[in-house]
Amino acid sequence: MIETALLTAQDLSVTLGGRAVLINVSLSLSSRHLVVLVGPNGAGKTTLLRALAGLVPSGGAIRVGGDALSSLPLRERARRFAYLPQGHVVHWPLPARDIVALGRYPHGATDPARLTAGDTEAVLRAMQATDVVDFSERLVTELSGGERSRVALARVLAVEAPVILADEPTASLDPRHQIDVMKNLRAAADKSALVIVVTHDLGLAARFADTVLVLSEGRLVSQGKPAEALSEQVMADVFRISAYRAEYQREAVIVPWAGIR
Amino acid sequence: MSVQAITAINESATRRRASVMAALVVLVVLLVLLSLGIGPVRLSPLTVIDALFGGGSDVQQVIVREIRLPRTILGFAIGAMLGLSGAALQGLLRNPLASPSLFGAPQSAAFGAVLVIALGLADVRSYALPVAAIAMAFASVFVLLTIAGRNAGLLILILAGLAISSLAGAATALVMNLSSNPFVVLEIAFWLLGSLEDRSFHHVMLALPFIVAGAMILLRQRNAFRALSLGEETAQSLGVDVGWLRLTVIIGVALGVGGAVAVSGTIGFIGLVAPHLMRPLIGHDPARLLVPSALTGAALLLAADIAVRIIPSTSDIKVGVLTSIIGVPFFLYLIMRERRALGGGAA
Repeated sequence: MIETALLTAQDLSVTLGGRAVLINVSLSLSSRHLVVLVGPNGAGKTTLLRALAGLVPSGGAIRVGGDALSSLPLRERARRFAYLPQGHVVHWPLPARDIVALGRYPHGATDPARLTAGDTEAVLRAMQATDVVDFSERLVTELSGGERSRVALARVLAVEAPVILADEPTASLDPRHQIDVMKNLRAAADKSALVIVVTHDLGLAARFADTVLVLSEGRLVSQGKPAEALSEQVMADVFRISAYRAEYQREAVIVPWAGIR
Repeated sequence: MSVQAITAINESATRRRASVMAALVVLVVLLVLLSLGIGPVRLSPLTVIDALFGGGSDVQQVIVREIRLPRTILGFAIGAMLGLSGAALQGLLRNPLASPSLFGAPQSAAFGAVLVIALGLADVRSYALPVAAIAMAFASVFVLLTIAGRNAGLLILILAGLAISSLAGAATALVMNLSSNPFVVLEIAFWLLGSLEDRSFHHVMLALPFIVAGAMILLRQRNAFRALSLGEETAQSLGVDVGWLRLTVIIGVALGVGGAVAVSGTIGFIGLVAPHLMRPLIGHDPARLLVPSALTGAALLLAADIAVRIIPSTSDIKVGVLTSIIGVPFFLYLIMRERRALGGGAA
């Protein structure tokens, strides 16, 4: 890459419960990119996202925006990484707007009833981007799965962080909502952010990613443009499948087809 | 779409919360006046206010300012602290069945105080009592949260709480069992039932500093509870130091509950009930529930303490007994409502 990297990891290693989950992962990623992280179950995708955000202790060095992650206070880390976990858990029935407003928490707006004008605008921008303004006062527990995922996404966009980390944001959504979510993340990347998405959907990865990272057993085994990173060789070695490959509207099409012994 | 679309509703919700708060304050003030007026000598609210500010007869002044005022202050402060602790624990654990008494905190605090008395380390009026109570309350909540781990379900919390309160009860019984002085045993037993009778300003001075410190610690964390609604990991990613938050909540609850138990004995279930009464009125936001739950706790304990003075009986009913008799059926009702979560989704 020619431009300077926004986020780099050098020999990143994570051990959880005595098991090496990530082994010497090194990467260098720039802003205005949508990066999709794929790999079989247990490959360490979620752990890599958490380690990048500093949510699990890791060996190696992570730098974000020129600073060592370990030197940044919690609040500052929270401003640089917006993290969307799996499942969109909300433990109490809160209004959708208050959930989105939590995205401003790292900026000091800890009370959604007392947002500054700037914070209110950021919340509104995020809610407009994911089209949830209409049910801002509804309780999240009363929303459908697709609506709730859009609220969760708005919360992440409201942080307006340079790095967005999304863990399986399309899981359990219908095809239309999957595409909507990926389009929203794509738009955030086009605007300014580095977006890293974990998914099992190789089709979505091929369709939306600038860069695909392939993790296998804790190691980064392949990276590059979708068609290159997800080569026939990688599909066979890592995923143990063959795939239908094509091109449609100048985007790569990859459809998992059959298992390989 | 404009900014108004997302700020307008916010204002109406704020107005409703403000009117609920105003109603609570009025209720608490009325209960305070009632508590100062009711007893063997009944005084009207006007006489109470008069005596409070130096008017009325000498007898009335003594009754209001020296006999009933300490009792009322303790009723308010302890009730408020229990309501606040319940709301804070429910916020921390994202769990509507969390409360100090279900976690064995008051029972453990009582054990600490009993131990100090029985060993003759200090008399009933020294600061050693609240300190021992606070230490044991801290230990019980700390052990419970350690057992529960990061994402404990309802069942684990309730079972662990049951175990801890049983252990504290057994340890207290053992101390009484081994104590050779029957007067000490009698004193401990009466005081364990939980009561605000015959408390003086000395007791207020003994408990209040710890209760105020505990309450301030818990209130300072209020906005972190809202971020925790999204789970511990997401809260951490928003800049909340979750490990530190847990520790400060344990310290705040231990200070408040330990300080309270050291002068009143165990008064249960107010911490469980208060936040539930407020949710339909205030909403589920754990940050907004703290102060209303504290006021509700104060109102509940003041009302219960007035009730034990009115209910005709041959001997005094202890207020701790009354709150448990009302609180346990409420707990059973909550268990019924949470059946699905407790039964692992099978119900």
